[in-house]
Amino acid sequence: MSAESSSGYIKHHLQNLQVCSTENGWVWNTMENMECKGNFWTFNIDTIFFSVFLGILFLWLFRSVAKKATQGVPGKWQSFVEIVYDFVDSNVKDTFHGKSNLIAPLGMAIFVWVFLMNFMDLIPVDWLPGLAGLMGIDYLKVVPTTDVNATFAMSISVFILIVFFSIKIKGIGGFTKELTLNPFNHPIAIPFNFILEGVALLAKPVSLSLRLFGNMYAGELIFILIALMYAGTFDGFGGASLGIFGALLHFVWAVFHILVITLQAFIFMMLTIVYLSLAHEDH
Amino acid sequence: MEPNATIIVQTIAFIAFVWFTMKFVWPLLETAITERQGKIAEGLAASEKGAHDLELAKEKAAQILKDAKAEAAELIDQAKKRHSEVVETAKDDARSEAEKIKKGAQAEIEQEVNRAREHLRAQLATLAVAGAEKILERNIDAAAQNDIVEKLVAEL
Repeated sequence: MSAESSSGYIKHHLQNLQVCSTENGWVWNTMENMECKGNFWTFNIDTIFFSVFLGILFLWLFRSVAKKATQGVPGKWQSFVEIVYDFVDSNVKDTFHGKSNLIAPLGMAIFVWVFLMNFMDLIPVDWLPGLAGLMGIDYLKVVPTTDVNATFAMSISVFILIVFFSIKIKGIGGFTKELTLNPFNHPIAIPFNFILEGVALLAKPVSLSLRLFGNMYAGELIFILIALMYAGTFDGFGGASLGIFGALLHFVWAVFHILVITLQAFIFMMLTIVYLSLAHEDH
Repeated sequence: MEPNATIIVQTIAFIAFVWFTMKFVWPLLETAITERQGKIAEGLAASEKGAHDLELAKEKAAQILKDAKAEAAELIDQAKKRHSEVVETAKDDARSEAEKIKKGAQAEIEQEVNRAREHLRAQLATLAVAGAEKILERNIDAAAQNDIVEKLVAEL
């Protein structure tokens, strides 16, 4: 396999299936047509499809279990859902001491949804894009969390909640004070404080989404690189041994990745809870 | 990779999912789990109460057993006492009865002796008269001398 086609393979795997609005109406991106590049009015159809599909799967599963939930001896699915519930609930109770009907369900939605989206990373990188290729779809990126749009959508929503709760609990005055009279409580230091606190505030959503995106993107990239090793499996001894080595690497990385996807989902949930409980705290 | 309008759709989807979880998933689970927790707590309390009750019942049973033993001992004591009393009375009764029987027997014997004496006396009178008759056969008229013989007999 030449370096040219290797980089093509990688690029192909990292390209979203997009549809964008141009002067000629809505246009799909294809191998030949790259018009969507740099156009804001572009929708990553694969990201939207998989994330919404997984979100509905999560809600449908949890809702159907919750509806049938008995107070008696729970079934296996109910036990599973209850374990997730308990896990989220205990984390929220440990961190957040106020009363809120939003934070715990928010944490659960984030945890399960992010986990499911991350989980798509464990599906061998060529399966779904290959299937889509057979159906005439040129590009398909199956892991929504390797798309900054998905991660920023969540972190910006969380950011808006942080600002909303800060203002709701502390009032506009209190929130402004927090931004301007911290850490140096002196009028002269206001601009300095504001820059410092503003950066700290803005860093929250940025770090939240980029952490998840970076981890998943890197993990996906490594899966793609490992998949490259399979290319020469049927080209003699050298290619075959490389392929077997790749399969071994794939296994090891996938096992490790089980930890990574769970951990990243947990971190996203936990930091959301922490940020929102900070927003609820009055200094 | 670059940010685009996808973010709008993703945000809407995220908000919808969170809203749905908040409205239709979390509260149901919360209710079920809280109620089960209550049930489990109740069950544990009930079992504890049961164990306590058992302890009490055991104590009570031991107490009852002790009382019963004491009562039984008392009864046995009473019975023994009564027994000796009965035996004593029986002995007394037997003694008095024996006395009575003895007295009766003596009276009877006396009577018998008297009767024999009467009998003997009658026969002796006859015998004496017969003897006298034999002695005085020729010169004494029995009928004329009968009053003397009667006097003799009465003196016997």
